[in-house]
Amino acid sequence: MTTMAAPSAYPLGNRLERSPGWWAMIWIIATEASLFGFLLFSYFYVASQARGAWPPGGPLELRLALPNTILLIVSSLTMWWAERGIARGSRMRLRIGLLVTFVLGAIFVIVQGIEWSHKSFGPRDDVFGALFFTITGFHGLHVIVGLLLNLAVQVWAWMGSFTEDRHLAVTNAAMYWHFVDVVWLAVFTSLYLSPRWA
Amino acid sequence: MGQMGQGHPASTLAMHGVTGASQARLGWYLLVVSLVVVVVVCLLLGASAWRARRRRAAAEERELVHPGGSGLAWVMVGGIIVPAIVLTATFVFTVATLHANAAPWRPPAATIRVVGHQWWWEVHYVGGSPAAEVVTANEIHVPVGEPVRLVLSSDDVIHSFWVPEIAGKMDLIPGKTNETWIAARDTGAYEGECGEYCGVQHSHMHLRLIAEPPDRFAAWLAAQRRPAATGTAPSAGAQAFFSAGCASCHTIRGTRAGGRVGPDLTHLMSRRTIAGGTLENTRGNLAAWVTDAQGLKPGARMPTLAVQPDQFQQLLGYLETLR
Amino acid sequence: MAVVPATIETAPVERLRRIWETPPGLRGTLTTVDHKTIGKRYLVTAFIFLLVGGVEASIMRAQLAHSGLRLVSPGVYDQLFTLHGITMIFWYAAPILSGFSNYIWPLLMGSRDMAYPRVNALSYWTFLASGIFLYTSPFLGQAPNAGWFAYPPFTLTTYDPGLNMDFYALGLLFLTVSTTVGAINFIGTVTKMRAPGMSVNRMPIFMYGTMTTSFSVLFALPSLSVACVFLFLERRFGFPFFDPANGGQPLLWQHLFWILGHPWVYIVVLPAMGIVSEVIPVFSRRPLVAHSLVALSTVATGIIGFGVWVHHMFATGLPALSMSFFSGASVLITIPSGIAVFAWIATMWTGRPRFQTPMLFATGFIALFVIGGVSGVVTAAVPYDLQVTDTYFVVAHLHYVLIGINLFGVLTGFYYWFPKITGRMLDERLGKWNFWVAFIGFNIGFFPMHIAGVLGMPRRIYTYPAGMGWDTINLITTIGSYIFAIGILLFVVNVIVSLRRGAPAGPNPWDAGTLEWATPSPPPPYNFAVIPTVRSSYPLWEDRLPPSGETARGEERSSVFRGPVLDDKRETLGTSPLEADTMSVLRMPEDSPWPFLLTVALALVFYGAVFGVWWLAIAGAAGVLATLAGWFWPRSLEGGAVA
Repeated sequence: MTTMAAPSAYPLGNRLERSPGWWAMIWIIATEASLFGFLLFSYFYVASQARGAWPPGGPLELRLALPNTILLIVSSLTMWWAERGIARGSRMRLRIGLLVTFVLGAIFVIVQGIEWSHKSFGPRDDVFGALFFTITGFHGLHVIVGLLLNLAVQVWAWMGSFTEDRHLAVTNAAMYWHFVDVVWLAVFTSLYLSPRWA
Repeated sequence: MGQMGQGHPASTLAMHGVTGASQARLGWYLLVVSLVVVVVVCLLLGASAWRARRRRAAAEERELVHPGGSGLAWVMVGGIIVPAIVLTATFVFTVATLHANAAPWRPPAATIRVVGHQWWWEVHYVGGSPAAEVVTANEIHVPVGEPVRLVLSSDDVIHSFWVPEIAGKMDLIPGKTNETWIAARDTGAYEGECGEYCGVQHSHMHLRLIAEPPDRFAAWLAAQRRPAATGTAPSAGAQAFFSAGCASCHTIRGTRAGGRVGPDLTHLMSRRTIAGGTLENTRGNLAAWVTDAQGLKPGARMPTLAVQPDQFQQLLGYLETLR
Repeated sequence: MAVVPATIETAPVERLRRIWETPPGLRGTLTTVDHKTIGKRYLVTAFIFLLVGGVEASIMRAQLAHSGLRLVSPGVYDQLFTLHGITMIFWYAAPILSGFSNYIWPLLMGSRDMAYPRVNALSYWTFLASGIFLYTSPFLGQAPNAGWFAYPPFTLTTYDPGLNMDFYALGLLFLTVSTTVGAINFIGTVTKMRAPGMSVNRMPIFMYGTMTTSFSVLFALPSLSVACVFLFLERRFGFPFFDPANGGQPLLWQHLFWILGHPWVYIVVLPAMGIVSEVIPVFSRRPLVAHSLVALSTVATGIIGFGVWVHHMFATGLPALSMSFFSGASVLITIPSGIAVFAWIATMWTGRPRFQTPMLFATGFIALFVIGGVSGVVTAAVPYDLQVTDTYFVVAHLHYVLIGINLFGVLTGFYYWFPKITGRMLDERLGKWNFWVAFIGFNIGFFPMHIAGVLGMPRRIYTYPAGMGWDTINLITTIGSYIFAIGILLFVVNVIVSLRRGAPAGPNPWDAGTLEWATPSPPPPYNFAVIPTVRSSYPLWEDRLPPSGETARGEERSSVFRGPVLDDKRETLGTSPLEADTMSVLRMPEDSPWPFLLTVALALVFYGAVFGVWWLAIAGAAGVLATLAGWFWPRSLEGGAVA
């Protein structure tokens, strides 16, 4: 019997990269991505069946949405900077990075709210309005969830819970935040840009 | 009731329609192949059990079998090669049938617009002008041997147009217009049903398709085109019709009754059924339907009417003049 | 972390038991994360849903026994068939398989728990709570009433104004929480928790089945979620997704529904096929024929299953090209099933089958599988599907799938693993009666439905006129389905009797070859005293089978009763996804109140939403955030693990 050919000591695996917790976030992101996939499928299906102009009031304005998109991309960069920071052992970089990301994300939500309140159509007016508000609303909810994750991780960061090699929660929050940003690019491209190409 | 004498008036394997017959041929093929597959597999299962019985004595109960003959040949032949051949044939047959049924062999002899309602069928014969358009309900006449174009839509929920002995289903979808064609090969009256669940009285949403020689069809169409054969002086029956409120839902062309909620009654008595194709059009049934629609078809849009007995006889008498 | 090798004789089992055991009492009941307890709860709860759905069915069969009967009103009948459908499809068929997977998986893969034990508990609690939520509706007289696929615009408030379809939309969304986190748990488990050496080519087919369905859930279930969110928003707030008057598209629902709906068929059959793939080799006394091919077919079925949804929509007026494509895909998906069937038959043919009850059920399963499969091909052929769609032919087909391929597989699993779960054998004589009564009753009841469909009987009609030629068929169907119901009751009787008086099972009553039979029956809280190492698909048979493959090349052999102990805290080994090489020691979480509390908070959200009591829903949402914060609050690793 040579069962014990393997080494007699293994690392504790819970907080490593590729740990069960890390995989859980990957699969959550996968199913959430699929959710947005079906939302956008619905949008394009209805668009393909629409009679008359799509969107009914012409392409959506980019005045607020475009700067907001850039804001969100920047927030991904700051999140990345924060996570790299703790990976190199800098708790201060983590705290600052998370804080800046949070502020940028919060501004995104506020701007989105302003854009909503200025729309000339509502979610009950027609199917385009219903789709627009539901899809951007779903995304907005995900941004808020990302901000709450950020908030939780920030509290733990100030408590000093994370170290150079133990910061899975940061990694997961960062992955989720990047996911939310990538989804926004898909939503933005579909709702704001694609009608301009037709 | 036409084909009812045969005992299976809604058989999908009947050959009375052109598209239906090609569907039925495919159906027979599928059912026979299915049955053969099932029988073969059951025989194999039985045979392996029987073999086990014979080998049992030879071997210790718990002993394992040497997996030398890996059995891979079984999987290759039974699980891949044979199914691939049968399924390819099935797919070719399917596509060929689809192709054959895609369009009629000659221009349709008539265009019929069918609008689905909870729980009856509104039928329009599209003519050259709006005036030439015929409106009826729950009964469709077609010339035998001729393709007829069907234009299908719905006024409320999704229904599905289905006369099993003539052709498969096509859905009636609100906000969408579906087109298909049918052609009856034999004269007769065929049972039709709603093929998509559409509410509490989905069970009672039937129609009758009547295939008749072209000259009789033309005569029927001409008769339907005429307004109601009522006299100019409003009879007591007609007054009963209006005072009971029937006109708010029903149309009788040639009178001021113009309701659009229920079926057009202009030639009510020319139809073989009432109540969404579910009752024979007899005086007794008509009386029952007028006085107890909710008892016969709970949930139907037709209210149970409270009509005075004397008025009621006049009303019935009036309805019977709508030939 | 040091890993001390031991044998099952020298392992400190008392210490392991103290570490892993859940204390008795209410607290333990609500906080346990033991996969075996959760698995048993899943099995019992889902089986109760089966019985409830069966009662609904038997009322319908009484109503349809003869033309023109009026036992129940049309409105009640509509609620019965809808509730029956969604109960069986969503609250019985998939959860019962999750029950088996939850109980058996860690044992089958030589692990001490699932990857996310607390998520596992959450999955069960939300399953239970969503079922209670759904079954609130019949007590209000407002059960869902538009068929399990709920096509708008009928389901909009114009035509269906009660709370019926709100319960439908929100109930399914609630269940989605359970199904999704359950799927993540299964995927996490299969990628991280397999015993060292259980590489993908040695993984039992049952694990392939549940793994494939979990991926299908992850990628397809959001489609139903989107549909249900749309439906609820339209019903409650007037967002016109489906109403054509404002540009909405009724067919959007059908696409979204069937993109999930069809993969769901495979979700409820692939693990059952997996169970049968475990049982047939054991009773044929040889390894499964073409193990790798069957594994590949399982995965292939899951993948092709995403490309066939339109075959539910052939009558909606689609372009001919699209119909040919989806017809082709639907025909193609038969090939992997054919491979599985002939792998089973070849295993029996080249083996020496013994027909004890599990094997009887498995054999019956194969026969019913083939019937349900070929009738599926019939509906894949577009032109004839236009005839039989929405008729009793489809009702027959889907019952051969759901009863034949799901329930018979489930009963196979019960007879096979009951000794492992309870330590007692199910009664063999009662079991044979159970099988024959259920099998014969089922075929008497459901085979004639094919004929009813061919003779043009639509589904979802509460009555039918005389003279259609359907009376005799329906009477036979009613009688047969009652015989079938007696068969199911015999199973219940057998379970009750055997729980008290069944013969003691011992660790391996069937002399099976897989790891779950290496533990005592029932297994101790820690499952395995030592973590086994695996070098073949049937580790317990290795010494008695001639060497083949890797073992023939002189590689190591499995070590089932000697291995690392891991007794610092709740611990097991983490391995790599493909080769299952040991990578780390995993600390598993202690029992936790958070899954239960999170479920309570979620229930407040859903009840608040369905009744329009928004303060309740908002309070529930706050509760969700609070419980999540409690759940994920960082702890030192000495106290327990994150996630």
